[in-house]
Amino acid sequence: MLDSERQSIDLDIVCVGLGPATGGFLTTLSRGLIRADGTPEIESKVMPGMPLQVACYERADDIGFGVSGIATRARSLKESFPELNVAEISLAAEITSEKVLYLLDPIGAGRRSPTLRMADRIIRALKWLPFFEKDAFELPYIPPFLRKEGGFVFSIGQLMQWVGADLMSTGTAVIWPGTPVSGPLIEGENVVGVRLVDQGVDKEGRPAGGYMPGMDIRAALTVVGDGPVGPVGRQLDEHFGFPEGNQHTEWAVGAKMVIDLRDDVRLEPGTIFHTFGFPEPEIFGFMYAHTECIVSAGIFVPSWFKNPARTSYRYLQHWMMHPYFWRYLEGGRLRSWGAKSLQESGRRGEPFLVGNGYARIGEGSGSTNVLTGSGVDEAWMTGKQLAESVLELAKAEKQYTKENLEQTYVKKRRSSWVEKEGRIAEKSRDGFQRSVVRGMIGMVLAGFTGGKLTLSGKSGKDEASTLEDYYRGKIPPAELDRIRRECTEQGLPLHDALMQKVGWPEIPFDGQLLVSQQDALLMGGKVQAPAGYADHVVFLYPELCENCGDKICVEICSGQAIEREPEGGVRFDREKCVHCGACFWNCSHSVAAGEGKSNIEFRAGAGGLHSAEN
Amino acid sequence: MNGGYQIVVCGSIVPDPLQTLEPVAGPTGPALRNEMMLPAVLDPWAAHALYEAANLAKQHSGSKVWWVALGPKAKLQQLMMSMAQKVPFELVALDGTASGFSDSWEVAEALAGAIESIPELDRDRLLLFGGWESASRGTGVTMQMVGERLGITDQFQGVDELTIESDGSLRLLERVEGGHHQVSVCGSPPVVVGWATGRLPEPPNNPQVGMLNMRTVMPALQRAKLVQLSTEGLTFHSVDLPEQRRETRIVRDSSADEIALELVDWIKSD
Repeated sequence: MLDSERQSIDLDIVCVGLGPATGGFLTTLSRGLIRADGTPEIESKVMPGMPLQVACYERADDIGFGVSGIATRARSLKESFPELNVAEISLAAEITSEKVLYLLDPIGAGRRSPTLRMADRIIRALKWLPFFEKDAFELPYIPPFLRKEGGFVFSIGQLMQWVGADLMSTGTAVIWPGTPVSGPLIEGENVVGVRLVDQGVDKEGRPAGGYMPGMDIRAALTVVGDGPVGPVGRQLDEHFGFPEGNQHTEWAVGAKMVIDLRDDVRLEPGTIFHTFGFPEPEIFGFMYAHTECIVSAGIFVPSWFKNPARTSYRYLQHWMMHPYFWRYLEGGRLRSWGAKSLQESGRRGEPFLVGNGYARIGEGSGSTNVLTGSGVDEAWMTGKQLAESVLELAKAEKQYTKENLEQTYVKKRRSSWVEKEGRIAEKSRDGFQRSVVRGMIGMVLAGFTGGKLTLSGKSGKDEASTLEDYYRGKIPPAELDRIRRECTEQGLPLHDALMQKVGWPEIPFDGQLLVSQQDALLMGGKVQAPAGYADHVVFLYPELCENCGDKICVEICSGQAIEREPEGGVRFDREKCVHCGACFWNCSHSVAAGEGKSNIEFRAGAGGLHSAEN
Repeated sequence: MNGGYQIVVCGSIVPDPLQTLEPVAGPTGPALRNEMMLPAVLDPWAAHALYEAANLAKQHSGSKVWWVALGPKAKLQQLMMSMAQKVPFELVALDGTASGFSDSWEVAEALAGAIESIPELDRDRLLLFGGWESASRGTGVTMQMVGERLGITDQFQGVDELTIESDGSLRLLERVEGGHHQVSVCGSPPVVVGWATGRLPEPPNNPQVGMLNMRTVMPALQRAKLVQLSTEGLTFHSVDLPEQRRETRIVRDSSADEIALELVDWIKSD
């Protein structure tokens, strides 16, 4: 079939990605589209006489197959749902208690700075204090900017299912899961819609049986809420660039498990823990109690963690086995598991929010607050603000031009708490680029001074060390070579061998919570890859991969979907991919095609996680 | 056939089998833990029936497909988000339980009633499709009873293929023991076809079909009739999930023969 046979439909508004931002957008928009008597409040331009024709295309196989453990103040959700009763939402609870813990390293295998080692010694010497328990020091005071009191614990999967059901019941917008969007349709400087991915193709994207070219969805407004690794947002970034001074330089991969606690362990629903210090000082962790017997536990591995053999899965297992948490989690059972990338540049990663025919909302629009570690609340609010603006423009019969969207949506966003708090947070984490201690002090300074005081770090993209640098003094270069060679021959990542070499104990698999990464794909993530779609992870210049020494993409891959080839290159197995997107921002090779573009292209793809509990 | 076929497909939801399924004793009998929070999928047997119906309708102009579904309205609505892009149909929704623990006879009665109420349904052109079995109900009798209540005596179960002959008769392949098929020829509709897996793959998502379907899906859901199934006289002595045994190993570059031999050894040892 020729490209000219590609079909096209016209809508008024097309949305990409159904996360909290698009949830906020569609919830707000849907309430303004129909009058009480059932007639359209705003008439469609593409179907005169009908209400606005609005559709949302979501990559995952169902709504609510996203990943995030959420403890949120939920200010924007409460605005949208003043009568919100969390009992209606599965795995939701009001926050009842908060703890922030500094975890000591009971194993001694982590790479701690002399300052931290000294702090550890002082804390251990004071272990008779009431704040010390099970190798953890509970901060006696939680700064106000970090507190989530009055908020909720959610499972993003269940929250989005609830939001989606509410939306669908209005009948004003349709949501199409299992429908990845390939990219934006750009004509000149105008975005005129999106193109869906081709179906019925082989793994290289060549037409095969049942070939159907991805349809063009043309719309007056394209709402881009496809998150930090979404193909539409990133292609817009490539085409339009960033406002001066802004860029996506900081990332993290978050990995989490939803766990049934063993029968004799109960936690008060809404209990939340945040941690730092272990398994490596750069890694943050959390545990949230959804019910008295179901918790989410997870960690964040940031791009400023220099270990080129960084892995979220193995570190998550060590984090869970820290004595402070293992007393709760031992004997537990894995219900669900998943991973996602987080855009950690926050306000400084903000792209052009609007242009002719498009608007950006949510995490991909730089709304995440990197100081408070809050993203869902902000994302929902940006969607809500855009919907209010769209209704305003539509009622005034104004077009969705850059100028009109700036006068409404951008203006609204700039004058809101999302912007104000985002500005405070903007430089709060800079210190982490030099050291963890400096980073923590920087956060506290920024939080208490409203962003007026911060500690600087280097600017530009975080770079991992080489293995030789990172393990200097711990593993001799010859031994590193041997490990690298052996793992390459066996097609294995390096992190297990390296971590064990420096003292991390083997994980004692129990078959129900401590399971291999491959088993987690099946037991927790239930990862699926429908046939007829092309590989969405593409190595642009394979020869670069062959000559790449550390292959961080293999180490960080949340599903072990990228493997070392014995011949020296790497290969991708779509059936294991959870679509976390960590591969492209961990790739250390820039390619000539564009500054900041790595050798891994993370395209639109179908399938991924099949759990609605994350 | 002049004017095409009128194909009615019966099918509803089952909990996504990839989720954590756990039988529990609920106040009204057996249930799955947190069933309402589990994502739902179209029962795979019924899905085959729907795809076959759409394919047949496409080949015979003037044909039309109705999809009669009994399930919780909110769950049916969720299901439509993934199914409405697949093939064209008109939904007839019934708001009630889709539990695998319901009495098949009562379910059949509700479905038959809904089919009888479809306006201008021409029995002489009627092909009644459904799943031979159900992923949540293994009795395999519901379609048979729907057909009986509608007075349709030509019934075929475990069908893998239906072809329309040049004289308008229907040639059907029903599964029998040993991987063979029984070939039957039926002169004309009405006929009940309980589909096995059929021959068709899952159709790709087609946004145009989706937008067209959604114009009728939402009104159908809004006017879905409430169906109360009684549990009187129905008792369950025990409920279990099928046992899973999974041993994961990663082996590369094994030949088909080696894999087959290992499977044979494993089966023998079990």
